[in-house]
Amino acid sequence: MSRRRVHDSYEDVYGADRGYKKRRRGGSESNDLEDRLESLVLKVGENTTSTIESNLEGLASVLDGDIQNFKKKVLKLLVECAVNMPEKCTIYSTLVGLLNAKNYNFGGEFVENIVRSFKDSLKNNSWNEARVVLRFIGDLVNCHVVSASSFVQLMGSLLDVTKEDGVPNVRKDWYCYAVMSCLPWVGRELYEKRESPLEMLLTTIEVYLNKRPKKHVNMLRIWSTDVPHPQEEYLECLWNQIKKLKHDSWTETIIPRPYLTFDNVLCEALQHNLPPIVPPPHHNACVYPMPWVVYRMFDYTDVTDGHIMPGAHSIERFLVEEHLQQIIDMSCKNRKECATNLMNFVHKNKVPLEYCIVEVIFSLMFHQPKPKYLEVMFGSVFIELSKLSTNTMPLVLAQTTEILYSRIESMHVCAFDRFVSWFAYHLSNFKFSWSWQEWADCLALDPEHPKPKFVREVLQKAMRLSFYERMRDIVPPDFEPLLPEKPEPKFKYAIEKSTLPGQFLSNTLLTKIRNKTTPEDIIEILKEPLMSENGEIMEPADIGISNPTKVDAFVQTLLFIASKSFSHAFAAITKFISVFKALGETDDGQLQILRSTFELWSADQQMLTVLIDKMLKTQIIECSSVANWIFSKDMIPEFTKLYIWEILSLTINKMSRHVDRLTRELNEAREKLRTTAAISNSSDDSDTETEKAEVKPRQLTTTTFGGQGVPMDVDDNVTEEMVERMEEKLEMAQADQKNLFLIVFQRFIMILSEHLVKCDTDDRPFDTYWYKYTVGRLQQVFLAHHEQVQKYSSTLEGLLFTQDLDIHILEVFHQFLALRS
Amino acid sequence: MTEISSYRDQHFKGSRGELDKMLRISTTMYVGNLAFYTTEGQIYELFSKCGDIKRIIMGLDKFKKTPCGFCFIEYYTREDAENCMRFVNGTRLDDRIIRTDWDAGFLEGRQYGRGKTGGQVRDEYRTDYDIGRGGYGKNAQPKADMIIFGRNKDALPMD
Repeated sequence: MSRRRVHDSYEDVYGADRGYKKRRRGGSESNDLEDRLESLVLKVGENTTSTIESNLEGLASVLDGDIQNFKKKVLKLLVECAVNMPEKCTIYSTLVGLLNAKNYNFGGEFVENIVRSFKDSLKNNSWNEARVVLRFIGDLVNCHVVSASSFVQLMGSLLDVTKEDGVPNVRKDWYCYAVMSCLPWVGRELYEKRESPLEMLLTTIEVYLNKRPKKHVNMLRIWSTDVPHPQEEYLECLWNQIKKLKHDSWTETIIPRPYLTFDNVLCEALQHNLPPIVPPPHHNACVYPMPWVVYRMFDYTDVTDGHIMPGAHSIERFLVEEHLQQIIDMSCKNRKECATNLMNFVHKNKVPLEYCIVEVIFSLMFHQPKPKYLEVMFGSVFIELSKLSTNTMPLVLAQTTEILYSRIESMHVCAFDRFVSWFAYHLSNFKFSWSWQEWADCLALDPEHPKPKFVREVLQKAMRLSFYERMRDIVPPDFEPLLPEKPEPKFKYAIEKSTLPGQFLSNTLLTKIRNKTTPEDIIEILKEPLMSENGEIMEPADIGISNPTKVDAFVQTLLFIASKSFSHAFAAITKFISVFKALGETDDGQLQILRSTFELWSADQQMLTVLIDKMLKTQIIECSSVANWIFSKDMIPEFTKLYIWEILSLTINKMSRHVDRLTRELNEAREKLRTTAAISNSSDDSDTETEKAEVKPRQLTTTTFGGQGVPMDVDDNVTEEMVERMEEKLEMAQADQKNLFLIVFQRFIMILSEHLVKCDTDDRPFDTYWYKYTVGRLQQVFLAHHEQVQKYSSTLEGLLFTQDLDIHILEVFHQFLALRS
Repeated sequence: MTEISSYRDQHFKGSRGELDKMLRISTTMYVGNLAFYTTEGQIYELFSKCGDIKRIIMGLDKFKKTPCGFCFIEYYTREDAENCMRFVNGTRLDDRIIRTDWDAGFLEGRQYGRGKTGGQVRDEYRTDYDIGRGGYGKNAQPKADMIIFGRNKDALPMD
């Protein structure tokens, strides 16, 4: 067979490329050929009518023919394919195998290149990439490119990491995981060729897994029970799957192995020995992947017809899940493409596709410490999937919702939040149709039970996307107790003649503000002593501005006048910012502002959240005040409602973003200082929504922030002095951040200890719904902000999480420490 | 999904090149096909799923100063706005498929409808009956009795 002919017949496979060939005539032939080769390599195995084997054979011949001209390019391209298209691993390994069989030197150079890529990813902490490349190298053993013995040696030296002392467990975990996840690919070949060294590797893994601590697991679990499905830590789960794979003589049914067809060609080829690879040693800047717990929601009994769901310990489950995740990773920026690619999953005829997809997406959505992508990304992909699979997907999603609801008592509160948010969003995209009556069981339960709580929170969230009357119409009448309040302001001073101490002041303010009085005039009014309606001064006469009654009258009146929409409220706050600042001069003043805002808007959780967000951005209130307010006695009835935690989370995030930005800016400035000659110039630190000119003494001692993470360009002319000022600013912000965490954790400890002691004295079980909820929230704060909290863990250990603490509370802290230990 | 669409604001003061450049770095979205009764709060709830919102400007009827079915949303970052194009564009709010598009940035005056009757131009020439947007198009209002016989009284155009 002449090269030319292979060339032509190969082109027939890619009909679209024929036009390309015509256009090429007369052009720069070599560049065109290069581009064409690239496109052929990238697309091999996709959308063809002929078999993958014949494509590969053709492509190998074409590449081999042109190898002397394009060697560098081809090497680079093949390594890139191995790294970036893990789902086509065996296709590219076969291609490399065929090329190696034709050209031993080329094979050798490829091995060199892929090994370099592996070492680089290890050095750069690109852990997932490293794992993919390692697997590819393993698959090269199957294609007779790499010798089995040298690969076993490599695995052995990677597993040596599990015997290191004084390194984080997460480091050992990753190396163990990387080796294990090669075994579905190369296990059989190693078993045939190097059985006893393989056994030794497996023993090393088992020894490591048996002795490693598993304290972190309870914090990462989505389900607190193993009924009906055991929730295993990822290494444990994969190990069980590997053991079963071994038991099945290392055979599986998922991985396509095109190299088997070429066995007669490949077995002739000479193999290369991998050079010795020593894992780069641990240093403090290394960040390893966090452990996780494999999310299980379905088993074969949930799938009523069609293909059978592989068991939790069958390697097929792992392979399918991993592949589906790769599809999502690759098309995560295009929801339609993502849904299409998922529905076109190559193994859709081997598994119950919709169930597998739904389980994988929920596992990513519930992933701890945070979802892998935006929650709305998952929600929008489900919508697209429902359009593509109109017969099955909506049913599977409904079944999933039922399952999640029925097991909600054991669901972690982090997942609870995301479930509520997704379901409300999903309903709003499907006209809110749901058979609520089937959930009527929740009506008879304790209101703190997760079931009624879930329904109440879903209706609340759904209302925020819709409106009150719609919610009232979609649920049966007996669900009324779970309906949200109608979101209206409750203006305390609405009755002009009331005997409230702030009534007269409120009446005055109402008229003044409606008549467009200036903020300065309002401050003057607030300085006057409180008066009753008949003009008498109330005793004791108080000319201070931070009198709680005055604060209350102002905040309630202004926000009531501006209650029509967010825009009205924001405009009012902006206009009267100087009044707010004066009232919030003290911590008590800030707390009173929060209390008054809450009393006005307690029926509108969204408005309340948005207003507090605005007050943080405009620095009317500090983060620490919000934390103090949330844990205050007044808020006890609200404490187990979802929006409270939304507010706490946005508060902590605001602080974290601020510290992050200052850190980044300082680093940039230091860098500039090193590289440029410094000329004095003042820096612009107007990173707040407040006027730049308005420099108040308070701003020097407290954190300032506003707009989110918009990178501020550090001035080109950086001086020593400026860097010092930035350092000071960062230190101050970090002190505030530490203080915030101390407040939050201390309050948690206080309320939990109080509860535990009380239950002990009353001889009641402590494990109430409230307790489980609150511990879950404590875990959530640790998890969601783990990067920031980590920085202060020794302070926390020294000041708060001390040995004399109740073991239940201390346990949460230890779980947190174990996440990165 | 984050590419710039073919729509260009005809009232933009500047060259086509300048407009395109601004669209490519903008953090502002135009949102269309909203129901007239959709509130700022609902828009906030949906769009904040993609990131923190700097501000929302409701589109208003030039004369009546009531919402007329569009708005502008400004995010703090381009990334958040891109996610809005990816994951919110083409999904539902108040049962309507809403459309988002890049906008060069809000300027005073742009909050008002540009149609002769005060609303959006598209609502002048629409011939379908759209209960969320005041019934029939302004220039295609059929005779009153047709509406009453054709729809229940709740579906009368709002005025």
